[in-house]
Amino acid sequence: MGFEHFWLSGFDQIHVAFWRYLAVGLQNGAVYAMIAVGYTLVYGVLGLINFAHGEVFMCGGFAGVFLTRGILGDRVGSGWGSVGLVLAGIIVGGLVSALVATGVQQVAYKPLRKRHAPKLAFLISAIGASFFLQTLAGKEFGYGVNIFPGQVFEPGQVMFTIFGTPINTITVVSIIAALVMVVVADRIVRATRLGRGIRAVSQDAETSSLMGVNIDRTITITFILGGALAGAAGFLYSLQSGIVQNAGTEIGIYAFTAAVLGGIGNLRGAALGGLFIGLFGSFSVPFAFEGNVQWTEIYTFLILVLVLMIRPTGILGEKSGRTA
Amino acid sequence: MMIFSPANLKRLFFTLIVAAVIAIMTGAAGSSTAPPTTGVHGSFLERVSWFGLFAAPRWLLFATLGVIVWLIVSLYRPRAKTIRGGIDHVLAFPKEIAARKPTRVTLIAIALIVVILLPKFVHESFWMFLIVEQIGVWILLALGLNVVVGFAGLLDLGFAAFYAIGAYTTAWFTGALPMPALFHHPIPTLWVIPIGIVAAMAFGVLLGTPTLRLRGDYLAIVTLGFALIIDDFVETQSGVTGGGVGSSPIPHPSLNLGFWHFHWGISEPPYYYLCLLFVVVFIIVFTSLEHSRIGRAWVAIREDEVAAESVGINPLKYKVMAFAVGAASGGFGGVMSAGLVGIITPGLFTYQVSVNVLVLVIFGGMGSIWGVALGAIVIQTVTSYLDNYQPWGYQINDLFMYIGALLIIMMIFRPAGLLPSKRRRREFAMAEGGEEIHTDEVLSGEQP
Repeated sequence: MGFEHFWLSGFDQIHVAFWRYLAVGLQNGAVYAMIAVGYTLVYGVLGLINFAHGEVFMCGGFAGVFLTRGILGDRVGSGWGSVGLVLAGIIVGGLVSALVATGVQQVAYKPLRKRHAPKLAFLISAIGASFFLQTLAGKEFGYGVNIFPGQVFEPGQVMFTIFGTPINTITVVSIIAALVMVVVADRIVRATRLGRGIRAVSQDAETSSLMGVNIDRTITITFILGGALAGAAGFLYSLQSGIVQNAGTEIGIYAFTAAVLGGIGNLRGAALGGLFIGLFGSFSVPFAFEGNVQWTEIYTFLILVLVLMIRPTGILGEKSGRTA
Repeated sequence: MMIFSPANLKRLFFTLIVAAVIAIMTGAAGSSTAPPTTGVHGSFLERVSWFGLFAAPRWLLFATLGVIVWLIVSLYRPRAKTIRGGIDHVLAFPKEIAARKPTRVTLIAIALIVVILLPKFVHESFWMFLIVEQIGVWILLALGLNVVVGFAGLLDLGFAAFYAIGAYTTAWFTGALPMPALFHHPIPTLWVIPIGIVAAMAFGVLLGTPTLRLRGDYLAIVTLGFALIIDDFVETQSGVTGGGVGSSPIPHPSLNLGFWHFHWGISEPPYYYLCLLFVVVFIIVFTSLEHSRIGRAWVAIREDEVAAESVGINPLKYKVMAFAVGAASGGFGGVMSAGLVGIITPGLFTYQVSVNVLVLVIFGGMGSIWGVALGAIVIQTVTSYLDNYQPWGYQINDLFMYIGALLIIMMIFRPAGLLPSKRRRREFAMAEGGEEIHTDEVLSGEQP
């Protein structure tokens, strides 16, 4: 996890710690928000959680990592070079993840859709796809070893200082990239012909197909859109924390929590939920039991359980299809 | 017969893609230090010998196999109906005999004799350990999950939690945890069996009551969340559970009736019989539950929850019951495993274990007790064999790749499993025939 471990020892440090937690939280939140959008879009059109979405994220991360490593070698990026590398990583990560997401759709979802299989079958085949991808990545790139991208920025490069707290360039880049991509996704869904198709299928698949929406194509596009965002998120995540074959499970659950928190099917809700989960995770670090950072995971899972049990429609409400 | 029709050429293309995927799956592994293409490079360009006759690069081998499979399939397709009809005709008589009651009783009797005498035939310690630890315990887990997934239709991704509860209860009561045993008085392992079962059932009720109101996919993820919480908790609270290192050795069970004393030592056959006894008990209990009022309520809820509610079935009550009943055999599996292995660590109860149990249930046939038992035997034997002998360049870590692929393949080609329960098969067929399409399935449906 990207959480920095930081103990509060006195009141004089609180404001320093506050800005640091805020920065880390926003950075993680940006990543979660981008993944959560994928969950929420697929839920909109299929009415299903895409259990393999975390692995889609992981694949994009690996693509970005190996691309930047290949380009940079031992060099350290700087200036416009860094900007270009980040863009290249986002684009390649997004493309690879979109490809993987389409593959998952074709193999694990489409044959079942054609047969009107019960919901349980979809969940099981998606879990199968998730384990397959995760283990395959482990086989190819090693199990349990964090692989870092080439040094796109100087190590620990600081962009500016706010109230005495240095803010890393990676943080700023992640937040800006996530903002741009989520806004673009939002515009695509709200204001284009493709988006209208997605919204129509979300509202009523049968009727929209009668109105001339190609359901198969719409579903594929939804997977591509969600996958591209997850892949870009994978690259941004790897800049801070590196990528490992099983990163998808945990981050996937965080992002799913975010999607449910914002009301599943609701794109803006998912993005806000992602930010909230990121901030929650970083601000719960001081409350970790005996200083063990694993407790922040427990807290986040508890949020998931509580939201699902108390308000499964999320804070902003489920909006499958209406303003999704 | 149009072997080169566009549709059939498309099929060739997909066959070759599948062959390429299999080549990568079975091929060389990369590593975190090697360049990222090492594995793929090795999978396709490595030369393999063909029984010493000739050596060819792997890609050639897999491409050839792909084309051969494609040829067989394209020759089979036009005659599919005739061939299938012929097979059905040949199988009609054996099937009819198999359906008769005397045959079934004889078969069960033969199976029982074989099962009871098994330790006499198996002398190798490896296979005996496999039979108890890898098959016996996992049959118990699979039978438990089958109640939850198969009977009640609830997808539980945290089933390993019940297994963990059983095992950690054993460790606690026998005084093998850093936390002192209850009343500071360790008790013998054998007497923990009822306690472990009750603890797991209580946990099932505790976990089920709040979560089982949720619909299918949310339930799956909440159970997964709980499993991860428990995993983190066990790992971080080393003062209570021993953390990642695990417990201290748990004493092997022993029975002292005053006039007769028996100790389960390090040899496996006594565990085998203990395990067998409970497998039989659980099979009998679950079979009678399946055909009881409760079992019918589960089916009703699984098929249509609203309809079930309208005829006076309280869905929550019966779902919680399914959780508790399933947990019982999972909990016993934990006690058994703890007594046999001696030291338990959090690594035995991961998310992967839950998915592994799920595979046994899916492969054998959801809702079919005999199917699930068969699935557990087949899959656990194959995976143990692969893990121990590592044939054809198989590596231990590859296991979940095949398990994942198997889950997808089963869902595509045989969702009701190897030995499907009649009812389940009908449900799948009905849903697929469009007779009973729920709103959420319309969403995932194809164009009319």
